[in-house]
Amino acid sequence: MAKLNRKQIAWRVAQDIPEGAYVNLGIGAPEMVANYLPDDREVIIHSENGLLGMGPTPTPGEEDPDLINAGKKPVTLLDGGSISHHTDSFAMIRGGHIDICVLGAFQVAQNGDLANWATLDNSRPPGVGGAMDLAVGAKDVFVITDHCTRDGQPKLLNQCSYPLTGTAVVTRVYSDHALIDVRDNSFIVREIADGISSDQLSDMTGTALTFADDCTVLKTPEL
Amino acid sequence: MIDKRVYDFDAALEGMKDGATIMSAGFGAAGAPQELLEAVLDRGYRDLVIISNNAGEGERGLIKLLKERRIAKVICSFPTSSNSEITKELYSAGLLELEIVPQGTMSERMRAGGAGIGGFYTRTSVNTPLAEGKEVRNIDGDDYVLEYPLKAEFAFIKAREADRWGNLTYNLSARGFGPTMAMAAETTIVQVDRFVELGEIDPEQVITPGIYVDRVMEVEAS
Repeated sequence: MAKLNRKQIAWRVAQDIPEGAYVNLGIGAPEMVANYLPDDREVIIHSENGLLGMGPTPTPGEEDPDLINAGKKPVTLLDGGSISHHTDSFAMIRGGHIDICVLGAFQVAQNGDLANWATLDNSRPPGVGGAMDLAVGAKDVFVITDHCTRDGQPKLLNQCSYPLTGTAVVTRVYSDHALIDVRDNSFIVREIADGISSDQLSDMTGTALTFADDCTVLKTPEL
Repeated sequence: MIDKRVYDFDAALEGMKDGATIMSAGFGAAGAPQELLEAVLDRGYRDLVIISNNAGEGERGLIKLLKERRIAKVICSFPTSSNSEITKELYSAGLLELEIVPQGTMSERMRAGGAGIGGFYTRTSVNTPLAEGKEVRNIDGDDYVLEYPLKAEFAFIKAREADRWGNLTYNLSARGFGPTMAMAAETTIVQVDRFVELGEIDPEQVITPGIYVDRVMEVEAS
């Protein structure tokens, strides 16, 4: 079985970001999508803390502690970039001005419900950040996730058991095994990793899958 | 002559008291008014209610206040940081109350507080645990949650420049919650990198107009 690594998942997401899109990339694996955007596309990256036109990581020595991304890491601004205060930055998100956001997930349900901010462990403080705003505000919500948890439990389910971030918000899931659209209360498999059978994928999923008629192999470069 | 400039922390913090509610700007360490927070610590105030995106980051400001157990409650969107364990420790031990608010809702609630808006409906948090007990209204086919304004007795802000009227500029992503919190507090106290003369800031470049600002103090980063 040839499951994808994080870089390959990020690469695959990047291929689906169209020219001219305003995109918000969540903390963690979604941040890596920026590294794989095709050179011939102009994409404007938004960061919730007020950056529009966010650029790549600065070269060592050029970091500015006042210029950071949502993950609090140093970044740069592209020519044409702008700064907004927080409330305006979230107006961009909540007001439907962001075309695509890419988020991580604990669980996704077949109706597009997303759980990615709290578990059932009450001993640790929960933190939601901007996830609930992004989930309802972005026109498309793409999720990057492993298909199963580390101990083999499915993350794509009939219904989430963890506290929800938003209901019926996820439009597409990029897992380490497949590319899956969320449409009409079902998971529709569009691409499946090389060497993985539809039965194997179904066994790793907590609910029924629909396989698209034109379902193909999920191809990525070695990364 | 209007002059909002102050020259020491005692003047900056006039009126501070135990149990005060303080909005503290900053996203992580960017824009965090660490020196103002530490001046509160030095003066012994306790039982503070803090409204801030994060419950501190690293070793400074809010983290110091938390370690000295001066903070009773934090209203925030994301309490923990990758480089401090104190928030987790106090929360797990039942020594810190946390109220988690989605980041955009928190920001908009403060804007409402500063703009005289009695509440607003948002789609954020609908059908999630953070909407429990709140009024939900269907508007044009979508469900929205009613959220109320958020105000505070004090706002602590870090800005780049201030003139004696309290007009402010910021530096990059250190702008953050500053402009919103400045509106939402009874007393807005700003630490700035440098004072400038009235008229030096191009009116088009004033980010927070002085009407929202009560005191400005030049503070060298420590």
